[in-house]
Amino acid sequence: MTVPVQLKQLRREFGSTTALSGLDLDIAAGELVALLGPSGCGKTTALRIIAGFESADSGELLMDGQDVTDVPAHRRDIGMVFQSYSLFPNMTAAENVSYGLRVRGASAAERTSRAHELLELVGLPGREGAYPHQLSGGQQQRVALARALAVRPKVLLLDEPLSALDAKVRLNLREEIRRIQLELGITTVFVTHDQEEALSMADRVAVMKDGRLEQCAAPSELYDRPATPFVAEFVGTMNRLPAVMSDGSTVELLGRRLPAHGEREFAAGTAVDVLLRPEGLAVAGPDAEGEPATVRVATFLGPTTRLLLTTESGTAVKADLPSRDAGALAPGSRCTIRPHDKSVLVAEVESEQT
Amino acid sequence: MARLNTRAPVLTVAALYFLVPIAASLWFTIDDTDGISFEAYTKGLGSEGLITSLTLSVGIGLATVVLGLLLMVPTMVAVALRLPKLRRTVETLCMMPLVVPPIALVAGVTSVLAWQQDLAATPLYGTFQALINPDFPLILVIVYTVMSLPFLYRSLDAGLRAVDLRVLVEASRSLGASRVQSLWQVVAPNLRQAVMGGAVLSLAMVLGEYSVASVLGFRPFAVWMVEAGDSEAQLSVAAAMLSLLFTWGLLLLLTALAGGRTRTSRTPRTSRTPRTQRKTS
Repeated sequence: MTVPVQLKQLRREFGSTTALSGLDLDIAAGELVALLGPSGCGKTTALRIIAGFESADSGELLMDGQDVTDVPAHRRDIGMVFQSYSLFPNMTAAENVSYGLRVRGASAAERTSRAHELLELVGLPGREGAYPHQLSGGQQQRVALARALAVRPKVLLLDEPLSALDAKVRLNLREEIRRIQLELGITTVFVTHDQEEALSMADRVAVMKDGRLEQCAAPSELYDRPATPFVAEFVGTMNRLPAVMSDGSTVELLGRRLPAHGEREFAAGTAVDVLLRPEGLAVAGPDAEGEPATVRVATFLGPTTRLLLTTESGTAVKADLPSRDAGALAPGSRCTIRPHDKSVLVAEVESEQT
Repeated sequence: MARLNTRAPVLTVAALYFLVPIAASLWFTIDDTDGISFEAYTKGLGSEGLITSLTLSVGIGLATVVLGLLLMVPTMVAVALRLPKLRRTVETLCMMPLVVPPIALVAGVTSVLAWQQDLAATPLYGTFQALINPDFPLILVIVYTVMSLPFLYRSLDAGLRAVDLRVLVEASRSLGASRVQSLWQVVAPNLRQAVMGGAVLSLAMVLGEYSVASVLGFRPFAVWMVEAGDSEAQLSVAAAMLSLLFTWGLLLLLTALAGGRTRTSRTPRTSRTPRTQRKTS
C-alpha cells in the first residue's frame, strides 16, 4: 500500500529557536522526496514530526488524507532508518528484521520467512544469524532498511542513512535504496545535507532554509531553474557576478545583454548579482569576442576541466569546459569569457561580510 | 614488542601483590606444630555462628542489590531517555557516598535510630523495630543501598553510554512497539551486562562490609569473622579464606548469568585478533 503525505503549515519551536516556521509540502504516493538543506534548516525536525517522535506546535500532518498529527509513533505504520544504524545489539540480523512482526504478534514461521525474504532483498542472504557487531556499517544499514520495510509500512523515512558510511559504500547503497524504493513503490522521505545524494536519488528535492521550504522540484529543474538565490548557491556550484540592470527585464553581464529573472524586480541601472553556473560561460582564446580574463587555476575533473579565472576588473569566475578544449588554457594564459545567451537569475548584491 | 616486555613484569608484581597475602593466610591456617593440618577448616565449617552470619550477609547483600537496582535502573533510563539535563545532578548524588565516610553515615543513622524512644507510643515504633530486627536488619539494607550507589551508577552509566538508547527506543517505537514493549524488549536486554556488573560490585561490597554493621551492633559475616579472630586466630583466617572462595564463586555465577545471549557492539572481536596474532608471531 502506498499513500500520499501532506505537511500543512507545520510549526515547531525549541525554546527561542524556530525549527519549522510554517512548512508546507505535498508528497505524492510512491514518490521519493529528499529534504535538503544546511544543518539547522529544520529538515530533521520535519522528518521526526512525520515519524511521530516530535509533535508540531501547530499545523497538520496527513497520511492518505487522514489527519495523523496526534497519532503516536507506534501506530503510524512508518518504517524508519536512522543515521547511526540503530540495530538492536542484542538481536541477530533476522531478529532485528522481524522485530516489528514480533511486536505485531506474527507467528515464528512468518517472521522467519519474512526476515529471509527481506535480507535477500537488501542483498544480505544467509546473514540471518549475524549480530550487528559482526556486520560492517554498510551491512548494518542494509539490515536497518530491511527491518524498516519488514512491517510493510505506508511511508519510509530515511534520516541521513548514508552519512556514516564510506564514500564507496555510500554510492552503492544509495543506488540500492532507490532500486528497492522503486520496486516496492513506497512513499519515501529522505533527509540529507548532501546535495549529490538528494539530486541523484529523489523524484523531487525539497530545499529548506530556516524552517521553510525554499523550493521543491525535480532535480533537473532545481539545478537549471533555481527559484531563489539560496537554492541556486546551495545546489551545485554557482558564480556570483556583478552586473547592472539594463531595464526591468534584461541585465548587462560581462559586456552582454541577457534576459533576467529573479525573486523580485529591479529598476534599470540597479547594481545586481547574477548567479551563473560554471557551465553557463563559454571560454575562448584571447582574440575572441567577450570579456578578457586570466586563467589562475585549472582543475582536471575527468570529462570537464574547471578553470578559476580573474577578469580585468578583478572578479573571480569559475568556468567549466570540456577537458579536450582546455589544453591551451594553462594557468597564467589569457582568454575571454562570455555568458551563454540564456535567461539568468539576478539577485540583490550580497554584502561584503557574507 | 616493547609492550609485551613491560606487561610481564607489571603483571608479575600485581600477581605477587594479590597472591602473597592469600598464600600467607593459607599457610597460617594449615601450619600446625605437627606439620600440616586442615583442622581450622573442619572446625570452622562447624563453628557456631558461621552459617547464620553468612546467611545474613548474603540475604542483606541480595536485598541491597534488588533495592539498589529498583532505584537506579528506572532513574538512569529515565535520565538517558527523557531528562539528559539531570545527568550531572544524578551523578553527583550517586557519588556522594564515596565522599562521606561510612563512619559519618553511621553516626547519622545512629542518631535517627535513637528517636525510637520518643516514638514508643506511635505506630512508627513498629517500623523502627523492623529496621533494627537482628534477624534481618533492614537498616543495613538501606545504608548499604546508599553505599552501593556509586558502583551501580558507574556500571549503569557505562552500559548506557555503550548504546544509543534513545535511537534504539525510537527505532522500536517506529516498528510498532509500545513504550512498555520498547523498555522490556530493547532497553532491558541491552542493560543486562551493566546491571549484572553493578550487582556484582554491590554484592561484593556488602559481603565484606564491617564498620557499619559493627558500629550498629549487628553480626553479619565480616563482623563474625573479626569476633572469631579474637578467640581463635586460625579459625578466623580460615573463615576468611572460605569467604574468599565463596565470594568468588558467587561472582563467577553472576558473571556467567550475565553472559548468555547478551552481546554488545562495544568491542568487536576483530579489534582483539591482531593482538593475539602479535603474541604468537
